Amino acid sequence: MGNLDNQYIIRRLQEDLQFDVHVIGESFGLLSLGTSKERIIDLLKFLKEDDTLGFSYLTDITAVHYPGLALPFCIVYHLHNLVENVRIRVKVFIGGEVPSIPTATVLWHGANWMERETYDFFGIDFQGHPDLRRILNMDDLEVFPMRKEYPLEDPNRVDKKDFYFGR
Amino acid sequence: MSKVTLAEAPPGVEGAGFFATSLDKAIGLARANSLWPLPFATSCCGIEFMATMGSTYDLARFGAERPSFSPRQADMLLVMGTIAKKMAPVLKQVYIQMAEPRWVIAVGACASSGGIFDTYSVLQGIDEIIPVDVYVPGCPPRPEAILDGVLRLQDIVKSESLNRRNTPEYRALLEKYGILTEIENG
Amino acid sequence: MTKPITKITPNTAAFFDNDPQDELITLNLGPTHPATHGVFQNVLQIDGERIVSGVSTIGYIHRAFEKIAEHRPFYQITPLTDRLNYCSAPINNMGWHMTVEKLLKIEIPKRVQYMRVIVMELARIADHIICNGILGVDTGAFSGFLYLMQEREFIYEIFEEICGARLTTNIGRIGGFERDFNEIAFAKIHEFLKRFPPVLEEFENLFVRNRIFIERTSGVAAVTPEDALSYSWSGPILRATGVDYDVRAVSPYCSYEEFDFEVPVGTTGDVYDRFMVRNAEMWQSLRIIQQALDKIASEPAGVFHADVPEFYLPPKEQVYTNMEALIYHFKIVMGEWETPKDEVYHSVEGANGELGFYMIHDGGRSPYRLHFRRPSFINYQMFAPMSSGMLISDAIINMSSLNVIAGELDA
Repeated sequence: MGNLDNQYIIRRLQEDLQFDVHVIGESFGLLSLGTSKERIIDLLKFLKEDDTLGFSYLTDITAVHYPGLALPFCIVYHLHNLVENVRIRVKVFIGGEVPSIPTATVLWHGANWMERETYDFFGIDFQGHPDLRRILNMDDLEVFPMRKEYPLEDPNRVDKKDFYFGR
Repeated sequence: MSKVTLAEAPPGVEGAGFFATSLDKAIGLARANSLWPLPFATSCCGIEFMATMGSTYDLARFGAERPSFSPRQADMLLVMGTIAKKMAPVLKQVYIQMAEPRWVIAVGACASSGGIFDTYSVLQGIDEIIPVDVYVPGCPPRPEAILDGVLRLQDIVKSESLNRRNTPEYRALLEKYGILTEIENG
Repeated sequence: MTKPITKITPNTAAFFDNDPQDELITLNLGPTHPATHGVFQNVLQIDGERIVSGVSTIGYIHRAFEKIAEHRPFYQITPLTDRLNYCSAPINNMGWHMTVEKLLKIEIPKRVQYMRVIVMELARIADHIICNGILGVDTGAFSGFLYLMQEREFIYEIFEEICGARLTTNIGRIGGFERDFNEIAFAKIHEFLKRFPPVLEEFENLFVRNRIFIERTSGVAAVTPEDALSYSWSGPILRATGVDYDVRAVSPYCSYEEFDFEVPVGTTGDVYDRFMVRNAEMWQSLRIIQQALDKIASEPAGVFHADVPEFYLPPKEQVYTNMEALIYHFKIVMGEWETPKDEVYHSVEGANGELGFYMIHDGGRSPYRLHFRRPSFINYQMFAPMSSGMLISDAIINMSSLNVIAGELDA
């Protein structure tokens, strides 16, 4: 117990070159790793099933949009080792017309809705997902509203006259 | 002395053994004091409505003993909470399923105007899709405020003329929301 | 650039194409069904009274919290968190404040931490009251709910004394509280500790060994710990399966490590166990509140926020009279403060499970990205798969015992 520190995790993952892991940061003690979308499922599987790492609990999946970057979408996985109480964050940057990444539902049932939510907000195509539909927004919504280029407010409002706001 | 207070009689002519008043006043009195609510609770305000129905505030004192979850047997639609655009057709459907006469209270800021959620997904006030009789402000309103909204609605119901629902003005109001067409088309 | 998103069209929820020769019936449960407390739609395929399969549709009160949060300064996000799980708003408030404080590396005085613990545990009790009370209503026993509701009103009176609001409390500021608890608040908390135990005991007497209640709930919707973990469950429903994961215990925040409390766990993960776990947690919360009151008594009085003028909104009267205060007020409100560019994940034990805040900050006025890990959202996704093979009536009480809060589900 207690020997699962960040240095050990890094050493353990970089021993095996196939995971293509690099360290992004360790802010507030939470190790952030980066990898590529080809390697991500293998890496998550290794993190989940390895006896000493044992990150068996998927806390969350979400995405971040960085419009300026070449690979503008960052998929963020938060994993948790409940026995040792260590958390880890894995990031994958992806891009493309329809950004795509393999699904993590093969490892956790719980990934299903998290990925649907991410698809709904960002339009990330999780390849192999059993049921990739919109979840929170209306089915006929044509945009992915959490992308930075879309406005928060409904552009069709007629009652918001500028002079009420001194504009 | 009984603790039960009787509703006050409407103005009329009283004499030995009789009391005369107009029909719409008598019916208004009966309607106002037996409004059956349909709680359409979606979010936070619904929790305050739970408190309003609960033991401390007890909405039942005002003739709303039976929350009717079926629109067919309800008189008063209480819309409590944010109505997202995804929910809007459902709300309209529920309103259409209610039998006349029907009244609507928009409880809380979200139902009245969208509240703090000025976003692409939230309907900016339910009066965009159905007519509303009473607005209750607050985010969420206190149970007292919800009770007050019901009492204000009772005033409206008491003074409503029997013929109102047949007038062209009322039909025009419903038509503005496209409700009559939807009813006639089934 | 943008296509307007204002069309209001009926949602095309997944309906099953039934073979007319088939015996199965499609039943649309929700989104305004009286038996579901909130706007959940489940399209079920039923064989008699037994559910064959189901599809959940959610999002009926999707309010775009995460998008709003990208447009609001930190202190304006607190009212948003109120409306996530509105049954226990103070826990969300405190969780958000602690996330920001973690980012800004603000040290919080002990007394403030204990005050927060009191508020959070009161909120937890209020939330569990709703869940267990409603579970009683759904199994046909209304009176337990009415007994408990009176006590919940008393908790709301305490909140009113502390912050002025009942339900969506917006308690506290970044760095502490906006004001100290007054004497009435302390007196009411003490009174609550006296008056709640007999009521809770009576409530337990009504249910715990009640034959009808046990028959209705025991063995219903039992979940194995493996399934629960695979679906990323957390909170009381995970603990009911026997996994002792409680954020308060494993990663203590707000000095929870100084408190003596137990993490109740169940054995079978059925509805009865979830009920018992929540009841036991209410007793533990009472213990924690008592300890926090004792600890506050030995702390210097009158401290209710950290001494961080650059992040803590100054009192309004000082803004008008004091130059420094005016500058800080301006800087905080306009977002001209110096904040680190960093990312932070902080989680608290919400009433329904691990409530996480994942914030990426680029030093600006509002977060670059704020993601809420919402336990109701993650817990609810097992509902449809686990319903297959269940009776409809069992599925309904299963839903009540999951305690899914629509605001937190749909964000």
